[in-house]
Amino acid sequence: MMDVLPYLVAAWIFLVGCYGLATSRNLIHAVGCLAVCQAATYVLLLSVGYRHSGTAPVFADLTPHTRPVVDPVVQALALTDVVVGATVTALLLALVIQVAKRHHTLDPDELSELRG
Amino acid sequence: MNHLLPLVIVTPLLGAALLVAAGRFVPRPAAEALACALAAATAALALHLLLHAPSPVIDWLGAWTPRNGHSVGIVLHADRLALGTAALVSLLVLAVLVYSWRYFDEPPRKHAGSFPALVLLFQAGMCGFVLTGDLFNAFVFFELMGVVAYALTGYRVEAAKAVQGGLTFGVVNSLGAYAMLMGVGLLYARTGELAMRHIGAALDARGAPDALVLAAFVLLLTGLLVKAAAVPFHFWLPDAHAVAPTPVCMLLSGVMVELGVYGTARIYWTIFSGPGGIPPETVAHTLLTFGVLSAAVGALMCWYQRHIKRLLAFSTVAHTGLFLIGLALLAPEATGGTALYLIGHAGVKAALFACAGILLDRYGSIDEYALHGRARELRLTAACFTAGGLALAGLPPFGTALGKAVTEEAAGPWLTALFVLVSAVTGGAVLRVAARVFGGHGTPPAAGEERETSGEGERPETEQQLTRVPATMLAVPGVLLVGALLAGVLPALHSAVGSAADEAAPGVTVALTPPHWSAPGILLGLLSAAVAAGLAVLAVRRPQHTRSRHWLDPLRLLHSGHIGDYVAWTLAGTTLLGALALTGLL
Amino acid sequence: MNRRQRLWVLLLGLAGVAALLVAAAFRLPTFGSDFHPYGDRAVHEALARHTANAIAAVNFDQRAFDTLGEESILFGAVLGTVVLLRQARDEHQVTPAPARVAAPVRRYALVLLPVTLVTGLYIVAHGQLTPGGGFQGGVVAATALHLLYIAVDYRALERIRPLGLFEVGDAVGEAAYLITGAAGLLAGTAYLTNALPLGTLDSLASGGTVPLLNAAIGMEVACAVVVLLARFLDQAVEIEEEGDRS
Repeated sequence: MMDVLPYLVAAWIFLVGCYGLATSRNLIHAVGCLAVCQAATYVLLLSVGYRHSGTAPVFADLTPHTRPVVDPVVQALALTDVVVGATVTALLLALVIQVAKRHHTLDPDELSELRG
Repeated sequence: MNHLLPLVIVTPLLGAALLVAAGRFVPRPAAEALACALAAATAALALHLLLHAPSPVIDWLGAWTPRNGHSVGIVLHADRLALGTAALVSLLVLAVLVYSWRYFDEPPRKHAGSFPALVLLFQAGMCGFVLTGDLFNAFVFFELMGVVAYALTGYRVEAAKAVQGGLTFGVVNSLGAYAMLMGVGLLYARTGELAMRHIGAALDARGAPDALVLAAFVLLLTGLLVKAAAVPFHFWLPDAHAVAPTPVCMLLSGVMVELGVYGTARIYWTIFSGPGGIPPETVAHTLLTFGVLSAAVGALMCWYQRHIKRLLAFSTVAHTGLFLIGLALLAPEATGGTALYLIGHAGVKAALFACAGILLDRYGSIDEYALHGRARELRLTAACFTAGGLALAGLPPFGTALGKAVTEEAAGPWLTALFVLVSAVTGGAVLRVAARVFGGHGTPPAAGEERETSGEGERPETEQQLTRVPATMLAVPGVLLVGALLAGVLPALHSAVGSAADEAAPGVTVALTPPHWSAPGILLGLLSAAVAAGLAVLAVRRPQHTRSRHWLDPLRLLHSGHIGDYVAWTLAGTTLLGALALTGLL
Repeated sequence: MNRRQRLWVLLLGLAGVAALLVAAAFRLPTFGSDFHPYGDRAVHEALARHTANAIAAVNFDQRAFDTLGEESILFGAVLGTVVLLRQARDEHQVTPAPARVAAPVRRYALVLLPVTLVTGLYIVAHGQLTPGGGFQGGVVAATALHLLYIAVDYRALERIRPLGLFEVGDAVGEAAYLITGAAGLLAGTAYLTNALPLGTLDSLASGGTVPLLNAAIGMEVACAVVVLLARFLDQAVEIEEEGDRS
């Protein structure tokens, strides 16, 4: 079971994020749920890159080829992903601030100008 | 090998940095002129590489050329289809920058360059997405184009609808992008590669596809079809396009949405078309289902809109559906036809949005009913809008008509009927608006119903309500329409598009006849244009009465503007995608 | 749709996505497996280029173009936020009132400020050697300045934070990365080629262009985060709708 558990955790995080996003009653909460969905991608990438008894691929205090190291590529991808996630969240929150100002509500149920 | 290729992406990025750094010191015209110059330079570079470099142009960035078939670097892989798309994007960006010349009333204080800088970043994102041959890098540029597009959509922060539309757009598209990234993670785990071609080769080496390949295919396609606004992933599009500033709509509808279709084609061709990928019949029926659904829903919803920009947005949904059908045929002729259709559509749709923007800025409304007969004086705008409607319906010799005709030839009778109907209904809706708004025909309809988006009470996007239309705003739609016309009549362009499509699609070895006019094609084009005109006449003549009920109401109610609904439909769409793809594997 | 209908569509969607993800999970290489061909190559090349932190080698050398895109996303998001959170026509600016801060908080924050700033710069400078780099260090350095908001008040923060300068810094950081990459073109090879002398492994000047790109990112991120936070703080502290009175 340990062989797939981290992947299943990633799947679970993605699904609860989606559930929260779809049932959210508050737009700030919704943007948070979107960040949860993205967290699933970090978990997936990092678990894909793990190697048994591997250490960080940083050779400042580690002689090369003495210990197995985990995959540095997924870590770099995850770092990119984190930055993307943070900036998207910031931008969406900026939009939420303006929605709150213009509509005087944060409840998606009360935003009804665009329809049909 | 041509190391100049990355400059197609780097030039607009550098321009954006310059505009932000210098934006507080230089006057607005200087900032906008610089942006135009850089967009034009990028277009020129893309065209130069397209015409003079041997195809495909492959550039391993950082000189990480593969050793023993493997590399640690990122590759840009630009065949002629990719370079042509990048050139199309850049030319449209240039048109948009000219159209918005001194357009917005109020750049944020001391930030004269912020709007053109955002547009240049948008251009870089789209060009990067088109040119890259690396799957994760494609995700990065996909996000760049998304982030900038959300900000541009909400640009008019005083408008309540604009910020809501921008937020919906951002949430739904980000969710799609994360689904796409999950797919990238799965493929990386399986193959240990990120270059698309290497992933494809590794999958093929491993043999028949399994659940992982299927899941990766579905997740990647989810992200791309959200961008392409295929039904039921499309809900964000009308909300965003109805409210985004007009120049931004021209880019969103003209090229960004179509890049979703481009990405689908690219991912399928390079990763999943081999024996280790997804069988062609499966891909065909999957894409066909989404295409037919999008075309039908888009056309119906388009016809029943009164908010002119929203109407045009739904017509984009319908036409993207047609492009997906063209792709689903998996026939090289249809691919060439679709590419040509896409080029023509980009010009026509951008021109129509440009005309709608003129209405908004001149009269402070974008509502078909409220504008009834008021725009009689705008003769040139009327001419452009009508020509755009006819081109959308597929009147020869516009590029849209040729693309449609060539695709129809490969599609068989049933799909041909659908193509004719969809283009006639969307073109007819535009002609109906033209007859009412510019011609004042028919009686002004009674006040509308509560459950739809009206286009009244909008603020003009210009400094004040325009008293006369500036030459730039009128010239741009004219030039774009001429471009769409030329796309239909230049045989050199046809053969170039045809051979570019042959080169991009896998398994084409012999040169095929390039897209060309045929008698049935011309007749079908004339037919759909005539049906469009007929529909418009009927709609204008028929007395309007406010109906309490309509058979389409359930469908319209689904477009609720509610983020939760849209997320639920996105996930349901992924499920549908998975189910369709699974039937082919079993 | 009402809540009930939405829930049904949602459950259908979630069930499908769950089935896909779970089925795929069981076909993935087992957790902790030895199959990392790209990772092995990346480590090999990082050592060959004398970059001790293999992740920095991937970010700033092997896949430096990803980082270019990522940096541009940050740049675009900051620009977008500047535009979205501008002072609208119907809003006005108020001067924030001076705030009282408890003495221990004040002392603690003021002591921490230089420490945090130096830590941030250290993390940027050692990006090619130890965990960290331009992104992480830039964020830490930018946060340091905001300790002044906690220690004193918003006006004190505004005095040491000339926003215009930080906006220019943001753009300069972005441009520096783009131009460093173009040096490869001038040398007649590919964009973003690491053509500088590589130095010795584990020294500050190792890794060729990696430290340069790292520094450009550090500068951009620090400035970008300051501008980004400023826009949000302005909304909270300074900008009011017409008619509001605090």
